[in-house]
Amino acid sequence: MSTPDTTTGHGDISTGVAGGDSNASATRITPGNALRPEDIALEVKTGLAKPSEDVAEYALRIGDDALILAQRLGHWISRAPELEEDIALGNIALDQLGHARSFLTYAGGAMLNDDGSAKSEDDLAYFRREHEFRSIQLFEQPNGDFAATIARQFVVSYYQFELYRRLTESTDATLAAIAAKAVKEVDYHRDHSAQWVLRLAGGTDESRKKMIHGLRTRWPYVAELFRDDELTAKLAEAGAAVAPSSLRADFDHLTGEVLNEAELEVPDVPAAPGGGREGRHSEHLGYLLAEMQVLAREHPGASW
Amino acid sequence: MSPHGNPEAPASGAAEINREAPKVSPAPEQSAPQEHHDRSAWGLWEVFVRSSRGLSHVHAGSLHAPDAAMALRNARDLYTRRNEGVSIWVVPADAIAASDPDSKGSFFESPQGKDYRHATYYTKSEGVKHL
Repeated sequence: MSTPDTTTGHGDISTGVAGGDSNASATRITPGNALRPEDIALEVKTGLAKPSEDVAEYALRIGDDALILAQRLGHWISRAPELEEDIALGNIALDQLGHARSFLTYAGGAMLNDDGSAKSEDDLAYFRREHEFRSIQLFEQPNGDFAATIARQFVVSYYQFELYRRLTESTDATLAAIAAKAVKEVDYHRDHSAQWVLRLAGGTDESRKKMIHGLRTRWPYVAELFRDDELTAKLAEAGAAVAPSSLRADFDHLTGEVLNEAELEVPDVPAAPGGGREGRHSEHLGYLLAEMQVLAREHPGASW
Repeated sequence: MSPHGNPEAPASGAAEINREAPKVSPAPEQSAPQEHHDRSAWGLWEVFVRSSRGLSHVHAGSLHAPDAAMALRNARDLYTRRNEGVSIWVVPADAIAASDPDSKGSFFESPQGKDYRHATYYTKSEGVKHL
């Protein structure tokens, strides 16, 4: 995930690609000045940002959610129904990867390697085994068809929006800063998925059938998103994190509005057992990790 | 995404002395509607991006979308990924009337040599201040 020389800035890339007056060019590009994973890595390295063990475990959980989703969505690149949609899904995958990098980098600040150094985002992404991942099972579920992917995006983006919106108030400054960056991006993911839920549901008989089926296959995994446990109770009490159960009402209300407009019903399906936060995963995660980790494990320390 | 307009054909001698009123050429996509239909049911849209407040929207490219709402979102995803803009316009490509490249002579070359249309053609009168 990292690129060479990750702790320094990008330098000035504010040049017009089209030539001529770069100020007037529609393709003028700037990196902007938002919080980057490299900034967090620097703060962790210099000791400016040091998560408690509990906060690190919490950051690992939501970082793993984003990482696994990014890997799943990345699979759509070159396979989406339209070129424009291909890029849209790729953008969302990269947004999720960015959130994962930030959360994992921060989590690594309280997790040490054998030599005493803080674990990097790469250590955590590539050199943990399946049962050490803390992601919720929804994120690792296979893409299915386009409607099934949209159904997963629909659930995830409305969940993440409510989570990050509240995390911006966290007493942990780094968690709050990552959430403040992420919430704007996830807001767009909500818009993207809601648009497609409406269009597929209101499209042809076939697209509507696929949308209904997609939602039915995802809904068993919804309950796990909102389960509290000892860690979230403790951190929510301290104001550092959010109790997952407190997000449910807004999630139900807002997704319900979209489903209502699409003339769809909330799927009436039993909940899956879950257990991702304790490292119990569905049969799909192992294959995903094998593909994601193989290069880094075959060639430890390689950069590309 | 798609080619923008037609490459300008070399102006022939006949075109230079064409006395007909300048024609309005069809918008780019109308020249090949069938080909477009085969590739996708989505129409072609032209995208204009404003890079910052106070500047004008500049043509950035084109894309396919089924309607304006999706065209705006696709434009956001395709043309503002690197922080390029603060505002986007999308326009159906067939709503754009373009000048005809064959009318270059009558349309755009006739103002050449008319120095008197520029302020610098005139000498400043003596004693005039603030010019």
